Amino acid sequence: MTSGTKQKDHATLAGIFNDDEARVDWHDKTLWFVRHKRDLAARQLPEWEQLRNNASQIKNFVLSNLHELLLDFERNAIFNGAHVHWAETPEEHNDIVKNIIARHGVTKVVKSKSMLTEECHLNEHLEKNGIEVVDTDLGERIVQLANEPPSHIVLPCIHWKKEEIGELFHQHLGTPKGVSDPVVLTSAARQHLREQFMTSKAAITGGNFAVAETGEVVVCTNEGNADLGVQLADVHIVCIGIEKIIPARKDLAIFLRLLARSATGQPITTYSSHFRRPRAGQEMHIVLVDNGRSARLGSDDYRAGLKCIRCGACFNTCPVYRRSGGHSYHTAVAGPIGSILAPALDMKKYADLPFASTLCGSCSNVCPVKINIHEQLYKWRQDLVRNGHVPLSKRLGVGMMRIALSNVRVFRMGGWIVRRIMEHFPSILTGSFNPWSKQRELPAAPRQSFREWYKQNRAKK
Amino acid sequence: MTVGLFIPCYVDQFYPRVGIATLELLEKCGVQVIFPPAQTCCGQPMANAGFEYLSDGCNALFVKNFGECEYVVSPSGSCVLHVKDHLHVAGGDEKCEKIRSRIYELTEFLTDVLKLKSLEASFKHRVGLHQGCHGQRGLRLAQMSELVAPHFSKTEQLLALVDGLELVSLDRKDECCGFGGTFSISEEAVSVKMGKDRVADHQRHGAEYITGSDMSCLMHLEGILKRQQSPLKVVHIAEILNSSQ
Repeated sequence: MTSGTKQKDHATLAGIFNDDEARVDWHDKTLWFVRHKRDLAARQLPEWEQLRNNASQIKNFVLSNLHELLLDFERNAIFNGAHVHWAETPEEHNDIVKNIIARHGVTKVVKSKSMLTEECHLNEHLEKNGIEVVDTDLGERIVQLANEPPSHIVLPCIHWKKEEIGELFHQHLGTPKGVSDPVVLTSAARQHLREQFMTSKAAITGGNFAVAETGEVVVCTNEGNADLGVQLADVHIVCIGIEKIIPARKDLAIFLRLLARSATGQPITTYSSHFRRPRAGQEMHIVLVDNGRSARLGSDDYRAGLKCIRCGACFNTCPVYRRSGGHSYHTAVAGPIGSILAPALDMKKYADLPFASTLCGSCSNVCPVKINIHEQLYKWRQDLVRNGHVPLSKRLGVGMMRIALSNVRVFRMGGWIVRRIMEHFPSILTGSFNPWSKQRELPAAPRQSFREWYKQNRAKK
Repeated sequence: MTVGLFIPCYVDQFYPRVGIATLELLEKCGVQVIFPPAQTCCGQPMANAGFEYLSDGCNALFVKNFGECEYVVSPSGSCVLHVKDHLHVAGGDEKCEKIRSRIYELTEFLTDVLKLKSLEASFKHRVGLHQGCHGQRGLRLAQMSELVAPHFSKTEQLLALVDGLELVSLDRKDECCGFGGTFSISEEAVSVKMGKDRVADHQRHGAEYITGSDMSCLMHLEGILKRQQSPLKVVHIAEILNSSQ
């Protein structure tokens, strides 16, 4: 996306994605496979729904007591020897991180996966200031080499085929042309990343959980890249949203079981790393970021969005996401959860996202912390209309619908006319202006409506 | 027992046979049915598009037509869910609350209120069931594949009473068909792709008919099937339960 060009909306981008139907099929099947794995993993725990309830209630508790828990966390983290920073905006966050790195005279930093830094566009900011950022999660590194944002919060390059990754690695990492064997490619990536780890003096990680009771941060990865980065660096910077607080270590017994099963269908991530204190000679910084979260905490309708643990299960189950791809959401966090988070940050820019859903409700059912995602999508639609963020054509169309449906005489007459047109002059209704007819037929128009039939056959009885 | 029959706007105009089947079926079950003549629509088309405030006229009409009914029954999970969740008129809380607690989707009325155990119906075909999302996940007409919970399906329970009907299993039991109201227009590409995939699941398993408790999903799937010139047909569950072929 270059600045200055108008951002295409979800429907347009999804339409472009659907130009290649075979690719849509492949994308859909790949993500459905992950959803299926999640189902199998969940079913191994008879207490699954109880776990979801518990997780939801703990998160509700956190949101009701966020102020105290954050102060507890800060106090304990400082006691452990970490530096704690507070950032209200992405800009503040980016500056804090940049200044820490600059103070150490470091020009390259390794970063394990952090959706928060995507949300804040940290990479761009650091690079503008002469600091190279190397994403060390394999999927993130792939999209970084391709100069793209991630298309999925857990599976950042799920939209890339292995042959395409082979070509990308050929260009950037010097693998032989035409090689697409995942073992060869991951081995090349491993060699490449080892060198980055060895030569980087600063490491940034995200954080899945910040434990108030102990002041520690828990990072879940499958690749161990967070640990490699942190253990080899002189400075460890944790970037984390304020909603990632959990009260106590024991709560991890619930969240760690839910997170990996919901995300990828694994019983647990390969690494669940607890970063509590810097090792001797190391500096540890924790940047707690607000970026609109406090404001959302004050909203009865949208507060529950802050419970999200970024597992991505709602992406994998969403029939729209699977068939439109992550980039069609034009935001760091795509999918159903992104569609309720993004408008809170910029209503105008993301006004299209709450409409990129059929409101089927599958997202709310897979959510491990029971966020009412589809109900919030409905609420966002009302708020967007109220604030004038829907196109005039839609306003006019719905206005006409209201006239036709609010008065029985108008409805009867209108229905009769439409059925006669459908019967005798269907081409009037099936022109290129009507998206219904592009790939679908209209229903056949019956002679009589139900109410006409009823009047003739029952009403007099 | 008197039941007010709510026939959704598009069923009234485009699928009267579904309304007739619903009426005849309820009558066969010994229910006295009235069709309040000034009814139009539940208001969902406006509300789901973000214009809930423009469904005021529909809401007022709904209360006027169904406010006095002992029960309200409709052959649409989606419309019933909308009424249950969103029906309100200024100063009419009591009436709205009464309707919201007494409105039933047809199949849940048959299983939960009438407790139907047998049926004189015959439909000798291979049938795939597309349980609409609002009926399933909203009204809980059937267990949802996302949850770790025991299986049940009010719809399947009724189809099992039909002589000769063979229910085919699908690869994705409760995947959305992609209709979604105005979504079918504003997100045409994804909507159609979802519909094509839903249809293909039925075709793969040799279904002759796709049935469901929401004609809106079926209208969308029918539109795709007709364009494909597929022999696969759609039929509302009321038509099957009322059939004697």
